[in-house]
Amino acid sequence: MQNELDAVVNEQASEVVLEKPESQLKEMWFSLIANKGAVAGLVIILLLTLVAVFGRFIMPYDPNYSDMTISFQSPSAAHWFGTDQLGRDIFSRIIDGTHISLTVGISAVALSLTIGTILGAIAGYRGGKIDTVIMRIMDMMLAIPSILLAIAFMAALGKGIDKAVIAIGLVCIPEYARIVRGCILSVKENDYVQAARVVGNKDFRIVFKHILPNVLSSIVVRATLGISSAVLDTAALGFLGLGVQPPFAEWGDMLGRARGFIFSAPYTLIFPGIAITITVLAFNLLGDGLRDALDPKSRKI
Amino acid sequence: MLLEVKNLKTEFKLKKGVVNAVDDISFSVDKGEILAIVGESGSGKSVTSLSIMGLIAEPGKVAGGEILFKGTDLTKLPVSELQKIRGDQISMIFQEPMTSLNPVYRVKDQIMESIMTHMKLSKEEALKRTVEMLDLVGIPSPEKRAGDYPHQMSGGMRQRVMIAMALACHPELLIADEPTTALDVTIQAQILELLYSLREKLGMAVLLITHDLGVVAEAADRVIVMYCGKIVEEADVKTLFTDPKHPYTVGLLESIPKMDDERERLYMIKGMVPNPLKMPKGCSFSDRCEKCMEKCKEHIPALIEVNGAKVRCFLYSDAEEGKV
Amino acid sequence: MLKYIIKRLLMLIPVLIGVSIIVFVIMRVFSPDPAPIVLGQHATQDKIDAWRVANGLNDPLYIQYLNFIKGIFTGDLGTSYYTKTPVLKEILSRFPATIELAIAAIILASVFGIIIGTISAVKKNTIFDSAGMVTALIGVSMPIFWLGIILIIIFSGTLHILPSGSRGDPLMQPMKVTGFFLLDGILTGNIQSIGDTLAHLILPASALGMYSMAIIARMTRSSMLETLGQDYIRTARAKGVSEGKVIRKHALRNGLIPIVTVIGLQLGSLLGGAVLTETVFSWPGIGSYTVDCILKSDFPVVQGVVMLVAITFVLINLVVDIIYAMVDPRIKYSKKEA
Repeated sequence: MQNELDAVVNEQASEVVLEKPESQLKEMWFSLIANKGAVAGLVIILLLTLVAVFGRFIMPYDPNYSDMTISFQSPSAAHWFGTDQLGRDIFSRIIDGTHISLTVGISAVALSLTIGTILGAIAGYRGGKIDTVIMRIMDMMLAIPSILLAIAFMAALGKGIDKAVIAIGLVCIPEYARIVRGCILSVKENDYVQAARVVGNKDFRIVFKHILPNVLSSIVVRATLGISSAVLDTAALGFLGLGVQPPFAEWGDMLGRARGFIFSAPYTLIFPGIAITITVLAFNLLGDGLRDALDPKSRKI
Repeated sequence: MLLEVKNLKTEFKLKKGVVNAVDDISFSVDKGEILAIVGESGSGKSVTSLSIMGLIAEPGKVAGGEILFKGTDLTKLPVSELQKIRGDQISMIFQEPMTSLNPVYRVKDQIMESIMTHMKLSKEEALKRTVEMLDLVGIPSPEKRAGDYPHQMSGGMRQRVMIAMALACHPELLIADEPTTALDVTIQAQILELLYSLREKLGMAVLLITHDLGVVAEAADRVIVMYCGKIVEEADVKTLFTDPKHPYTVGLLESIPKMDDERERLYMIKGMVPNPLKMPKGCSFSDRCEKCMEKCKEHIPALIEVNGAKVRCFLYSDAEEGKV
Repeated sequence: MLKYIIKRLLMLIPVLIGVSIIVFVIMRVFSPDPAPIVLGQHATQDKIDAWRVANGLNDPLYIQYLNFIKGIFTGDLGTSYYTKTPVLKEILSRFPATIELAIAAIILASVFGIIIGTISAVKKNTIFDSAGMVTALIGVSMPIFWLGIILIIIFSGTLHILPSGSRGDPLMQPMKVTGFFLLDGILTGNIQSIGDTLAHLILPASALGMYSMAIIARMTRSSMLETLGQDYIRTARAKGVSEGKVIRKHALRNGLIPIVTVIGLQLGSLLGGAVLTETVFSWPGIGSYTVDCILKSDFPVVQGVVMLVAITFVLINLVVDIIYAMVDPRIKYSKKEA
């Protein structure tokens, strides 16, 4: 019934693809654009980026200017989100925190993605002992809860933005290594890879020219979703007082410092959390959309 | 008359448009008769069978017509009533024996479930009946195999289990949707033989859905040929094979390899089944037909009786659909 | 089966050795020197040196490592630099609190996750589906600690119906049998304590379980959608089995097989999330304690905790694999064959 119809429709779809292979990318793009969630995610990410870059021009106050005489002001027309324990404008601080969250999130993913891809590619392509050694180390890292590992790295490295990037980045390496290795194992035996080897391509070249482009889609999806968890991790470290240090406004740090005023001034805790949630949500939406667009099977569901 | 299908229409509402998978078809099945519905994939034959069972899933639905089973219109029955008939008076076997059994339950549990849904039997009695049914469909040492999981059986065995399950409550009508397609040729013959003999033994009617005219020749009494959701020819099996009328039927018969074949290449009907969303305006077979006339491209022929058979083609009559 | 379990337990050894090396290197090579923290900033160099010698920190690294390994085999994980109590005792006194919290969270997450996921799949593309999936999406996007804060603001700060932290009223604590308050309450028949424990447990368990619930709901939905499209579901319907039974008996039983793995993985990640939840709810568990010890360079404690967590993590995976083999007959068979 349904299958029969699908067969007919798919047959025609595959013909289209055969006619012009470059239309696949286009089709993916259209499928992404057709996904309301993904578009919403994309729009939010663009807005966040704008805020991160031009934020200083729209902040009503200096995010670090402290005026103890106006501490703990409830949200009002003058201070939309209220003021914190040091009398700083929470709205301005949240805007200021945008670029830290995005920077840390994206840099951490870039770091773990690079190292993870290289390790995974070596393990998957070489196989044998190297594979076993690399993957065992990855397993061991996975056996320690990532937040504990990140905390340990922070304790060892000291506090600061760059340290947070390294700690979060290191912790996520196994995830990417596993995905890349898995993908490489599945495409390694394909004819076109074998053919490239037969005609005498160097290993390095084969991996980068012939294999990686074919596993790129999985990596892109994973990396997008990875940014959302990196943003969460950054906030978590900040909350525990280990992340980005003052005077930088960081959302998790704002929450951690305001924790004592949970009953007296709840608004100091509500808005930074909303900012984190929206950022994470946007990357999740985009990641889900990308996954569906890249994987025709899940598109149907 | 056991089953009478009148002007059945089943459509699928897709984003790109509505597909009329089954487009106004009527036929009937007599008690004890084997009626075959033949057609390519996409012809609507499977949709027809699922419509009768009331198993059309979203986005499809039965859009019109009646399905009278012993005088009751199944399309008007509430689901709970339909469930009492399914698996009891009408049961169904499917094309894919490999995937049609639930992998996490033992074979006996699945057959017993069918029995205990419809008959008031104790567990012991149901198990006894299950073993009997497995024996009936020719499974060796049925007591032992009853405890197997589906993955421990071969495809042919699983199809036998499916048949045992379908027959467990003595249905009056068995719908067999491509029952042999997924099986080896030797197993195919065995399963057809089994269906044929069970029909004799149990006196049930069989609606055999297939794309394989070889299967039809072996098993059926009467044949309906479907193309793009419409019946294009209906005849008893002998007439169909000796005197096919519709060019599509002729083409199908031509493409069966024969023993004394001297042709270099097997005959193939040219072209492809049209996109269900872009049907030709006239006869749906017109763009593939070797005898296509101007009229065929503009108008849809009606299904007309010709020499004891029914055919939908302007070669035999000028009657147009809806203008009789 | 037994052979398989033994084989898996043996595979634990290299993982644990690896974990111990990773922790050891991070803590002893890169972390700040604990001596000034323990002894205070004004301690003299002599005192610091004496303390380092006494705690074996001036030995070559490999000796320190071997001593640590020897300690593991003799059950002596050393003593905390600060409290001077044996590490094992420190850990065991806090571990039940964390486990109790994690189990409560995973139960909440599994029950609600499976229900939401199943409803979404069965009512695909309806308002129920959208509502379920939006909830799940927000669930994976919220920081656990913030959710905890919001729950406290709502349920303790505003509505005043639930406590904002701690494991229970000290006056209502059950007699200690296992260290698990809920279990102890049941064992000693202390109904008052059961109620108090539940009241204290519900907010932290909800906050901790939310993320896992969202993940489980999403996985259940996609797994159930796939299962509902299978041929054997059509067979069950063709048999005349009622729709409710088709979903409960045929679809869920198959659709939940992959969910077992997801739940296992989530239970592992809950141990990490507990760090944050415990901090927010002043839960006297191992998570918040460990953070504290990492920051204070309390090497013996951190090493002990991480080893314990790693063992738990690997054991959870083993249990998950065994359960997996139990719910999927195809797997059991292939093992018999091998």
